[in-house]
Amino acid sequence: MSATYKLGDLELRSRLIVGSGKYKSFEENRKALDASGTEATTVAVRRVDLTSRSAGSLLDWVPPDRFHIIPNTAGCYTVKEAVTTAQLARELLDTKLVKLEVIGDPRTLFPDTTATIEAARILVAEGFTVLPYITDDPVACMRLEELGCAAVMPLGAPIGSGLGIRNPANIRIILESVSCPVIVDAGVGTASDAAIAMELGCTAVLMSTGIAAAKDPIKMAHAMKLAVEAGRAAYEAGRMPRRLHAQASSPETGLADLS
Amino acid sequence: MNGESHSTPAPLTVLELLQRCELVKRRVAVAINAVVVPKSRFAEVWIRDGDKVEVIQAVGGGA
Repeated sequence: MSATYKLGDLELRSRLIVGSGKYKSFEENRKALDASGTEATTVAVRRVDLTSRSAGSLLDWVPPDRFHIIPNTAGCYTVKEAVTTAQLARELLDTKLVKLEVIGDPRTLFPDTTATIEAARILVAEGFTVLPYITDDPVACMRLEELGCAAVMPLGAPIGSGLGIRNPANIRIILESVSCPVIVDAGVGTASDAAIAMELGCTAVLMSTGIAAAKDPIKMAHAMKLAVEAGRAAYEAGRMPRRLHAQASSPETGLADLS
Repeated sequence: MNGESHSTPAPLTVLELLQRCELVKRRVAVAINAVVVPKSRFAEVWIRDGDKVEVIQAVGGGA
């Protein structure tokens, strides 16, 4: 099995991709990224604050020459908003990569599947490397792969919920249904959640709140690094079959007669 | 601009607007009326009366 994977032209070794939201400071964000071992981070695009002339900006702490910066379209509710946001991000960051999010409902932040597919179609045609956030719906993932997305990113659970991989069976079906990278995005709350995603055979895991909202985000970033590596190694090793009953692991012959 | 009305004494290009707002050295992108203005055209694109100008940057955000 290959030690690396590709998102379009981008070749990555670390199977952990970390978001940049919700940290207490840019410094904490950077330290968490370093502890996670990630090579890529997602960012949002928002209005410049015209009332504040503070020089500090995220990219001073998370420089594009150190991390691959993947802009997202978080907060977009329509195809047009998402496509224009992706175009702005491309202009801003000189990247073809976009993590496509078209949200369908503010309470659950579940994706709008039809709008996501339509936006993906437009962005692929414009030459973007499209990484769509989508529900754990195998058919939606198949459609997104067919129209040329570089990966599919099914959610494990709602964004920011930390509920873990709620439907591992669907993630397995998605893995059987597409040949592009499958990256679990959203829902990972602690290290074992990340390990489960990787043991299922996912290419990578993308997380933000699972690290940023931990009591010690830098230590959790390190825990996630280990979990992703352990889960991947276990997947590649191939787990033993599950059995209902015991099977002795010591020899059953040659026992001394001690009666 | 970014949701607020501004009036200027004379017509401005996008580049001149960014200069006035001390944003020239910052990494920003610009849309006028929801259409992206390429960086290469900042000096030649004029802002018209009533245009909706959005100036955006990269911020920490989600995953």
